[in-house]
Amino acid sequence: MDRLIMTFVVGVVALGTALPLQAHAFLDHASPPVGSSVPASPPIVALWFTQDLEPAFSSVTVTNEAGQRVDLGNARIPQDSPAELRIGLKPLPPGSYLVSWHVVSVDTHPTEGTFTFEVGRG
Amino acid sequence: MLSTAYNSRRAQLTLAATLMIIEIDNALAHGFAGERFFPATILTDDPFVADEMSLPEVSLNPPGPDGSQQTGILIDLSKRITPDTDFTISNEWRRLRAPGFTSVGGLGPLQTGGQYQLFVDGPHQALGLLGLNVTWGHTGRATVGAPDFTTLSPTFDFGKGFGDLPRSLPFLRPFAITGNLGFDFPTQATTAGVPNPNNFNYGFAFEYSFPYIQCCVKDIGLRPPFSQLIPLVEVAFTTPISRAPANQTTGTIQPGIIWAGPYFQIGAEAIIPANRLTGHGYGGVIQLHFYLDDIFPRSIGKPISEWW
Repeated sequence: MDRLIMTFVVGVVALGTALPLQAHAFLDHASPPVGSSVPASPPIVALWFTQDLEPAFSSVTVTNEAGQRVDLGNARIPQDSPAELRIGLKPLPPGSYLVSWHVVSVDTHPTEGTFTFEVGRG
Repeated sequence: MLSTAYNSRRAQLTLAATLMIIEIDNALAHGFAGERFFPATILTDDPFVADEMSLPEVSLNPPGPDGSQQTGILIDLSKRITPDTDFTISNEWRRLRAPGFTSVGGLGPLQTGGQYQLFVDGPHQALGLLGLNVTWGHTGRATVGAPDFTTLSPTFDFGKGFGDLPRSLPFLRPFAITGNLGFDFPTQATTAGVPNPNNFNYGFAFEYSFPYIQCCVKDIGLRPPFSQLIPLVEVAFTTPISRAPANQTTGTIQPGIIWAGPYFQIGAEAIIPANRLTGHGYGGVIQLHFYLDDIFPRSIGKPISEWW
């Protein structure tokens, strides 16, 4: 019985590692970093994920404390970096900003998240 | 002609996008509520339907009040039927050692279940699930505790992440709690003159998510594998509510940690008896748990209703 179970486990693990897998895209890191303070307005917000993204269904917005969009509306996934999502920013005065992202990995799994960063308060 | 071709192309794109949206909406399996990821817990049931498999879960229980001790190897499968419903099936191979007796081994009872995702509230990171589990009589070896009667166990499972707390409370936001409330209703009142009680079951998992800190609170410099850790404490209790004396509550407290990767998670917990009626000493459990919807996203990882 023990040998049968172990054979099954090893088989499943081997199958799992042999397949060309994709999965949910989790945020790996961001620039400006999640929850950070930066001294001056950054030109863009860039997000790097753990999986490649589906461009048609991945988006990011940046809003100020009044809820107004402060991004340039040009979210895109660079061709040479398919796990990265970036968007340009207007010049930001000192304050707190909310980044909201919703992405779909290339195998159609959706994930979303929000975080803040501050400008000129660090 | 050009207009016709353009309209045809646009119709094709619209259809493709619509089909993909349908697939994406239906692909929200796993333990997600908004930006909160709930891992599969070991002791308590998960509050979400899923395509997942524990293979295996190996446990060494603390010695019981009579000094007997059980080891087990459990396999558990959850499979979505539709995006909001799934079935579960599990079984455990057990070895029981008792002082003065030869150890015995064999399969425990077959357990199956059906579950319905009552709600998923993304903004409030909340989940609710209704389930009916069945422990089947005459499906295991009696000497390792398999019953000769079937037990019906309706449950309500819930989950709540605290990421919706004010951002001024950053280090409380990674907390989450999941829980189960349910009953056992044996279909046979007694076995060999011994009563089979109705039970009230309740359990909770208190989690602190490092992935949530990194994604949504503050990048504190954690990188894999440490950014994928979720420390937790699980507790679960069973209280007889009929056909048994009062004060017969048993339960365990299980502190541990889960590492959640893209395709599988690994969890380990200590098992501490909550009272003397449960046992004494310590035990432990480890679990390897696969996310079938990530491993096989376009085939068996999809709900059965979407296979054709």
